[in-house]
Amino acid sequence: MDPFESIKATFFQECDELLTDMESGLLAMEQGDDDSETINAVFRAVHSVKGGAGAFGLEELIRFAHVFETVLDEMRSGRLPLTDEVAKVLLRASDVLADHVAAARSGGGVDEGRTVGMIADLQALIDQDRAAELGLNDHGGADAPDEDFGFVPVLLSLDEPAAEAPEVDIAALMAASAEPSAGVDPAPDAAPSWMVTFRPRAEMYAKANESALVLRELARLGEVEVSLDTGAVPPLDQLSAEMAYLTWTIRLAGDKSEAEIREVFEFVEDDCDLTVVRDGETAAAEGAETSTDDDASASAVEAAAAAPLDLDALLARVSAPAPALESAPPAAPAPAAAAAPAPAPAPASLDVAGLIALAEKASQDHAQAQTAPPKADPKADQKEKAEARAGSGAATAATPTIRVDLDRVDRLINAVGELVIQQAMLSQRVFESGLARSSDVALGLEDLELLTREIQDSVMAIRAQPVKSVFQRMPRLVREVADMVGKKVRLVMDGENTEVDKTVIERLADPITHMLRNAIDHGLETPEEREAGGKGVEGTVRLAALHRGGRIVIEVQDDGRGINRPRVRGIAVTKGLIAEDAVLSDDEIDNLIFLPGFSTADVVSDISGRGVGMDVVKRSIQALGGRISITSEPGKGSKFSMSLPLTLAVLDGMVVSAADQTLVAPLSNIVESLTPRAEDVHLIGGRDAVICIRDTFVPLIDVGVALGFRDTPLPPASGVAVLVESEGGGKAALLVEAIQGQRQVVIKSLEANYQHIHGVAAATILGDGRVALILDVDALVTTSRRKAPRIEKRMAV
Amino acid sequence: MSKTVLTIDDSRTMREMLNMALVQAGYRVIQAVDGVEGLEVLRAQGADVVITDINMPRMDGFGVIEGVRADPAHRATPILVLTTESDATKKERARAAGATGWIVKPFNPTKLVDAIRRVAA
Repeated sequence: MDPFESIKATFFQECDELLTDMESGLLAMEQGDDDSETINAVFRAVHSVKGGAGAFGLEELIRFAHVFETVLDEMRSGRLPLTDEVAKVLLRASDVLADHVAAARSGGGVDEGRTVGMIADLQALIDQDRAAELGLNDHGGADAPDEDFGFVPVLLSLDEPAAEAPEVDIAALMAASAEPSAGVDPAPDAAPSWMVTFRPRAEMYAKANESALVLRELARLGEVEVSLDTGAVPPLDQLSAEMAYLTWTIRLAGDKSEAEIREVFEFVEDDCDLTVVRDGETAAAEGAETSTDDDASASAVEAAAAAPLDLDALLARVSAPAPALESAPPAAPAPAAAAAPAPAPAPASLDVAGLIALAEKASQDHAQAQTAPPKADPKADQKEKAEARAGSGAATAATPTIRVDLDRVDRLINAVGELVIQQAMLSQRVFESGLARSSDVALGLEDLELLTREIQDSVMAIRAQPVKSVFQRMPRLVREVADMVGKKVRLVMDGENTEVDKTVIERLADPITHMLRNAIDHGLETPEEREAGGKGVEGTVRLAALHRGGRIVIEVQDDGRGINRPRVRGIAVTKGLIAEDAVLSDDEIDNLIFLPGFSTADVVSDISGRGVGMDVVKRSIQALGGRISITSEPGKGSKFSMSLPLTLAVLDGMVVSAADQTLVAPLSNIVESLTPRAEDVHLIGGRDAVICIRDTFVPLIDVGVALGFRDTPLPPASGVAVLVESEGGGKAALLVEAIQGQRQVVIKSLEANYQHIHGVAAATILGDGRVALILDVDALVTTSRRKAPRIEKRMAV
Repeated sequence: MSKTVLTIDDSRTMREMLNMALVQAGYRVIQAVDGVEGLEVLRAQGADVVITDINMPRMDGFGVIEGVRADPAHRATPILVLTTESDATKKERARAAGATGWIVKPFNPTKLVDAIRRVAA
């Protein structure tokens, strides 16, 4: 890939991370966390997005990020206090920023109106005067005034062999000036040239700047003649490594602009005395100007006064006092003038190249000789270092992760699945061969079994991921839905670090989204209703994940109005879902909303509905081997609980036999098993059997018949009834011939290898190598229940 | 031998941009993701030039400058700070702390290399 494109891809990847960081920071801030590090982290995230956008010339993104960043900066500096209202605006701004990033990534557009509105909202947070000061006003934030985003595409300029530019031999360059006064006499016929005097101060060296490098850069602009004044260098015993003693005078030929020359001195101009004048003009006025503002330059000025500068010769030729003098303090020009008549000493005898070397060395010595800054008391310093080390240790400990292609993990899981099967087969063969359980082979096999189980668990753990990746998408959804329906909602999330298999995670998003929408749209009241009902204006929706009984449970709870049972019941009757005289418990009424064709909204709303009812949600959850239920308390709210298996790759099952077939019933569905007595089994309508278990009647399903293995039902008393509960809570008893035992099986998709069969969820391979079908308990129960309401009613009445 | 530039920036994008421009220009590049790591890397591997961002977690660019200048072994190492045009205050603060020069973001590679040449032999 084009390296530039690849960096751009990195940028968008990084944006995802930054946006996530930003949002969690903002959510913490919404909860009242005004810790400076939290605010800083959010600022940094927005700042980095803007920085990257700048590099790629993403104007829209830059503009919005700039306004956003400015507001955050105000907050960071303590000028804008964190209030609930502010946090909400910032959260909405984060959504808009995310939209901008998405638009920049896809090359699509953004909702202009929304952006403009958002910018206005952000600006409104800042005091008018301050906003003007920051340049945020009246432009609709449309320009980020100070920022020059005229990006020069990286690839273009990379072709310039920038670093390979001819090196300038400083020594040779200096040697040219060895001739006395050569650099001072303006050649009358020469092209226009510049005179530059450069007198570094000690601070310049303290910042690791070096005169030699600056001169080298200057020499790149054109032909230079350099002379060095060492007049201020004291005798060796008085020489201080801390001080700066040297002054350079450079004549630069060529038609460069003053700005170009000054640019070379950009990094050092505040730490040196610098004059740049046309050859032949006076440098004194400017020299005075540059040296006025700094106290540290006193010594330099002094040195200048005493110095028999080459410059003096130049100054001597200035007949009239410089016109600019009146504004400058007399100190600097006066000594210069006084020194002017003095004979110009010839620096010629000095080895200039050697001096440059000396200057370089001096600057290094100087830098090294300086003691640590006063603030660094050694103890504190050590402590700081220790902390720094500890901090970095923690960081490295937190990040030893590797990214692995999911395919590879899946291959491993498959292989381990086969291993489990092989191991089970081996154990069975050994057992069948009559070897004693205490034999070495049997004992070794036992260890192998433990090890195999451990490997399997470890491999499954690789695929486990925290549900955070799904949860973190929800705050935005909640804000948007809340905005759309005009309700105030606070989202509380728990258990984001609960881990679940990757296959499950990917399919959690849709049901959670739907349940949240439903909770906000139907569950919560409008702010007015809440107020009237004595509740806070803001509704709370809680999204939680937890492990329970080898499954992951996702709960969505609201503190809204709860289910309106009379109304739900009424609708169910109207739609013919239940008989008018049906006697239902509160729970049963609540769960009516999951029935196909049931929708309580008067108008199918755009938010929770999209024409999709809770029945569809339920079915999609059931397809994952999950179940969903609702509990509700009128006036206090509702809670949806959805439980899913932790993995879709292995299953704890009960192995049973029916009609000479070996079948597996998911253990999670099984309530109990019992041997039916003939007198407990009744035939309804001469055909449908029900069994009475502790005074409750449940349908009795002959599995062999239901799956079409045989036509004549098994006499109930000669089999075993396995009482199962479907995800929806419906119960049935499955009549099988025998129970073989409990086993963990590796799920193999039947659809992928054969085709879908009603009543069968999947297949597996058993220890003896035979294929066994895994029962789809829900399908079986639902089939029997098609007729069940009638039955149940009869029983209930 | 090519010179070594240590780049300290928490943004991966920025690190990669710097890396691309610097490697192309013939420099050897080492990287760190924040100030703390930057000082560690500098002490362990040394560098001819340090380029550091200002806003970073754990230790910001000012911390880096102070840390480098307080370390006798590296006090003479030139430091360039990454700034934005709009942030004059930060640039001044960095200068006061001992920054050798600065690079204005978004930078173009020529300017970047120019800046390095101005501070590194």
